[in-house]
Amino acid sequence: MSASLTLIDKLWRMHEIVRREDGASLLWVDRHYVHEGSFHAFSQMKARDRTIAEPELTFGVADHYVPTRGRSGPIANPEIAAMVRNFEANVAESHIVAFGLRDPRQGIVHVVGPEQGLTLPGLLIVCGDSHTSTHGAFGAYAFGIGASEVAHVLMTQTLWQKKPKRMHIVVDGTAAAGIGAKDIALAIIAHVGADGAQGHAIEFAGGAIRALSMEGRMTLCNMSIEAGGRCGLIAPDATTFTYLKERPYTPKGNDFDRAVEAWSALASDPDATFDREVTLNADIIAPIVTWGTTPDDALPIDGYAPDPAREANPVRAKYLRDALEYMAIAPGKKLTEITIDRVFIGSCTNSRIEDLRAAAAVLAGRASKVPGLVSPGSSMVKRQAEEEGLDRIFRNSGLEWAESGCSMCVGINGDMVLPGERCASTTNRNFRGRQGPGARTHLMSPAMVAAAAVSGHLADVRPLLAGRKT
Amino acid sequence: MEKFVELSAKACPLLLSNLNTDQILPARYLKWPRSKGLGAVLFQDLRFDGDGHEREDFPLNQSRWQGAKILLAGRNFGGGSSREAAVYSLYDYGFRCVIAPSFGDIFAQNAVKNGLLTAVVSETDVADLAAAVSSDPGRPINVDLVQQVIVCGNRTYAFDVDPVSRNQLINGWDDVDLTESHRDRIAAFRTEHQVRRPWVMPAKA
Repeated sequence: MSASLTLIDKLWRMHEIVRREDGASLLWVDRHYVHEGSFHAFSQMKARDRTIAEPELTFGVADHYVPTRGRSGPIANPEIAAMVRNFEANVAESHIVAFGLRDPRQGIVHVVGPEQGLTLPGLLIVCGDSHTSTHGAFGAYAFGIGASEVAHVLMTQTLWQKKPKRMHIVVDGTAAAGIGAKDIALAIIAHVGADGAQGHAIEFAGGAIRALSMEGRMTLCNMSIEAGGRCGLIAPDATTFTYLKERPYTPKGNDFDRAVEAWSALASDPDATFDREVTLNADIIAPIVTWGTTPDDALPIDGYAPDPAREANPVRAKYLRDALEYMAIAPGKKLTEITIDRVFIGSCTNSRIEDLRAAAAVLAGRASKVPGLVSPGSSMVKRQAEEEGLDRIFRNSGLEWAESGCSMCVGINGDMVLPGERCASTTNRNFRGRQGPGARTHLMSPAMVAAAAVSGHLADVRPLLAGRKT
Repeated sequence: MEKFVELSAKACPLLLSNLNTDQILPARYLKWPRSKGLGAVLFQDLRFDGDGHEREDFPLNQSRWQGAKILLAGRNFGGGSSREAAVYSLYDYGFRCVIAPSFGDIFAQNAVKNGLLTAVVSETDVADLAAAVSSDPGRPINVDLVQQVIVCGNRTYAFDVDPVSRNQLINGWDDVDLTESHRDRIAAFRTEHQVRRPWVMPAKA
């Protein structure tokens, strides 16, 4: 009889090739996603005069630098055009299947992988992007890596890793109407801190997690990195299998049924123990917004910005003063009195069809008081949203409906928040300058961004949903 | 990769917490090849104001900290984005060691692959070290990775480092060469894994 194991223990064991005396293990990689930003790694591989080990397990997506407007013509910015060209040359040279700028399957890598059925339970998945934690929503062991590790995976399809500690976050209860996975994620991050899960693999469990759709689970696992976690994980279940069935790259027919049988065993044993346990009750989670410059600066919308004068710890008080100064928010200000200049709906965190529906449910028949951009998570999501008429709701409210990419979450394709502007955003990082130099970001759910848009200030979405279908 | 065994150098204090990789190297420089000089844009938006003028209160702009190879940093240094160019930027500026109470996981992994030591000490110890070097900015401190200690004046501070990272830095190991030595086991694993779990292979789209 073997000892009880958690899900991460099982995934680790399935992929461990060799263990060194110092504790490092060589792990097999089932899927490797690359994007335009992976160019350092391709250069490292070429510098060693090496070629790719497993092109059929590697997939490319153009997302970080791609323009979200005017795709029919050539890319205007020569530096960005060079990044996309370089990506296309790298994937072609290495015989990697890629969803490039004009491919109908193009989108954000963490939306496209699951959408195409490339992301599956039980896989070890890596990508040179910290939000690779997203794929853990399927019960995959998925984490972000740097360029040297990307190069190592390209050359060997393996990676040296040290086993993460195990953290169990159980969210029971039922989230109220208008409360989404983003609110649960921000509540968790506020609770454990932006570095609270450092060195840990987080397994999310409990009734409120089971009730989430795959889109919601992806949002939650995506944000694991904002709590400092190495990865986020949710054991696969019927919701997972239903999502995956008949996607382009998932097993077909009997193979799918056999896969589901194997995937069903991917759960923590009932008596397995974790290094750390955290519990939250979804019943009491309110819509949450960030006020400061790290994702754990998060508060319920009916709250007030902190007042450094009331903070006893001088280091913390200084942090609060600096963050409030950068954000141009008076100490103790009521959060719903913070006016905004712009909204953004998009990013690997919140740009899937369910996110767009949630925002559209608030925006329908209402005008946005500020300009804003909506960038769907993938070109497939964009088409589906257009079939459902969501694009018209966004346009009629005054927001811009654009193509898919990382866009204004990281600003490297030119979609930026201007210096000093305040943006209500569905993204993942409210870091200083993240959306552009001097930009001020408030993170929240798509429904809450829509509420801010129609109000012109941070606002509670719940009254705006009264009498509406959500 | 350059080995790291021991270093005596000037240490610059920058005790802000949560200095994420977006602060270390803003995203607009990510398209630069390393040869373009990423060290010159290290902490760009903290070092310069909106008009491109140096902020006098930022330590790297002060003459007393020129030539520092050790950075004393706050909690959760290097969290956020996985951009390895943040490490290139620190290294190419001249830093060989960052001492902080905690580091972002991916940043710490990237650092070791590039010969940059991330040494973990308590918040009290990093504040102590910062106070000591601030009172005598010319004085070097000594970081000994073999003994895992930092010596500053007559005081010695133990530091934590992941044993895997320590091994790699001291030996200057190259990951790819090391992996190559396990080639046969990798090949055997691959076959067994894919036969036993046929679903791990992408189906024909």
